[in-house]
Amino acid sequence: MSNAFEIKNLNIYYNGLHAVKNVSIDIPHTLITAIIGASGCGKSSFLRAMNRMNDLIPNSRRTGEILFHGVDIHQPMMSEVTLRRRIGMVFQKPNPFPFSIFDNVAYGLRIQGMRDKATLDQRVEESLRRAALWPEVKDRLKQSAFALSGGQQQRLCIARTLAVDPEVLLLDEPCASLDPTGTARIEELLQKLEKEITIIIVTHNMQQAKRLSDTVGFFHLGELVEFGRTEEMFEHPRIQLTRDYIMGHFG
Amino acid sequence: MTSATPGSSHVKEQMVGWAFKLCGLLSLFVTVGIAVVLFAEAAHFFGEVSVVEFLFGTEWTPLFTEKHFGILPLVLGTLLVSAIAMIVAIPLGILIAVYLSEYASARVRRSLKPILEILASIPTIVFGYFALLSVTPFLQKIIPGLSGFNALSPGIVMGIMILPFVVSLTDDAMTAVPHSLRMAAYGLGSTRLQVAFRVVLPSASSGVIAACVLAVSRAVGETMLVAIAAGMRPTFTLNPLVPVQTITAYIVQVSLGDTPAGTLEYRSIFAVASVLFVLTFILNMLAQKLRASFKFTYA
Ligand SMILES: Nc1ncnc2c1ncn2[C@@H]1O[C@H](COP(=O)(O)OP(=O)(O)OP(=O)(O)O)[C@@H](O)[C@H]1O
Ligand SMILES: [Mg+2]
Repeated sequence: MSNAFEIKNLNIYYNGLHAVKNVSIDIPHTLITAIIGASGCGKSSFLRAMNRMNDLIPNSRRTGEILFHGVDIHQPMMSEVTLRRRIGMVFQKPNPFPFSIFDNVAYGLRIQGMRDKATLDQRVEESLRRAALWPEVKDRLKQSAFALSGGQQQRLCIARTLAVDPEVLLLDEPCASLDPTGTARIEELLQKLEKEITIIIVTHNMQQAKRLSDTVGFFHLGELVEFGRTEEMFEHPRIQLTRDYIMGHFG
Repeated sequence: MTSATPGSSHVKEQMVGWAFKLCGLLSLFVTVGIAVVLFAEAAHFFGEVSVVEFLFGTEWTPLFTEKHFGILPLVLGTLLVSAIAMIVAIPLGILIAVYLSEYASARVRRSLKPILEILASIPTIVFGYFALLSVTPFLQKIIPGLSGFNALSPGIVMGIMILPFVVSLTDDAMTAVPHSLRMAAYGLGSTRLQVAFRVVLPSASSGVIAACVLAVSRAVGETMLVAIAAGMRPTFTLNPLVPVQTITAYIVQVSLGDTPAGTLEYRSIFAVASVLFVLTFILNMLAQKLRASFKFTYA
């Protein structure tokens, strides 16, 4: 089993605050990895480090190494712009652009200079299909993305990310603002995508982590407490802290 | 001793409420009053001059013996100067706003905004003399055929004058675009330039267009600058190198002159002022509609 990421001694600081503490972890290729843990334990910070979105936060500082398929993502040759095209991100709240559905999905391709109408059409359709949104929007691609429901908007954001053909999808609580139906559809779609790309998902929902993921990492106060295969972790957590957290959330 | 029983404080509240309402009504009355006087005097004018001649005539010679009341030269003069001002103010204003909202650090922002506000607080008559005495002579060195009074020089200076206004409104519209959209754009591998011009600016477009419309409205209504530097000769032309007269400059000319009240010339300023009023009113309504739709997008 190959690794998409090999992370060594990652530390993230905001001003004086030590948000991620000496985390080392290997994230397997084309599987779903779930990140769980209480609010404020550094899950989002950890996730943002992987496509260098943290670089955009003033006053944030990092130490440690992140290898993506063996290559250090911070080496001077690696541009964060190319990196982010290869490692896509979906956020907690759906954040479509105030453009049409089509223009939302086409955005990432257009900024790379793709102009050809036929290719754009084809790539947009393909991305919407992969995000399981095509049947619902195929007759209204010119309509504003804001006219879609929350769940549809989130799938649109996934389609928009998939359009540039990323190798990794980072999702930060993508279902937090969705109802059970919307959540189920996203989970279904992630399970399909898993065969093609590496998925890392932050979630507060233990059932979701258990249903979806192949491996799980449990964070507590900035530290990675336990990391392992999902079944093992949920059946026989090795560490008391993990057991308490998981038990607490299953009620 | 306190007499603030719940009852009396309630009465006070009500009185304060009424006072505010009165202030609001007063401003409404003043506006309506101005419009009524304007249109009433204009109605007298149209008793003697046909509306068709007024709106479509290409000669404006109310102060000559042979009088013509075709407003088009004044309208064209106004539009010409305003258009030149817009060519300067809109691209420059948007670029500065993009810089301020997407590139400048908080410190640069804090020091640049007051400078722009100082520019906005200079009296317009100063800009007028600046155009007449500095910009026109300078331009004459580059463009030999340029007359002393022309549309070009006050147009450029007016563009600089309304620049802070365009910058400030555009910057407001851009900073109102949610941070989450910038994050989405960066997450898709956008460069900073692409985030600014392909996401933030289009997302703020109705706000930015509203800013431009308001800027046009100000340019159209601007008076002292053009009265001083554009000349007083109503010319039916789009040539920026020759003297023109704007609607506002004509009103100044007649108001300052010794035209007796009640004459046709005197009433003509109410007719042209009505046109100006309607024009700026429409522009402001349009801007308000655009801003409302912008606010609605990100409510
Ligand atoms: N941009 C920032 N500036 C300063 N501090 C930050 C910033 N982002 C996060 N932090 C701090 O870093 C710590 C970890 O935050 P992070 O958002 O990574 O936690 P999280 O596990 O994702 O929490 P949640 O489950 O609530 O989303 C918190 O104490 C938070 O206050
Ligand atoms: Mg988070």
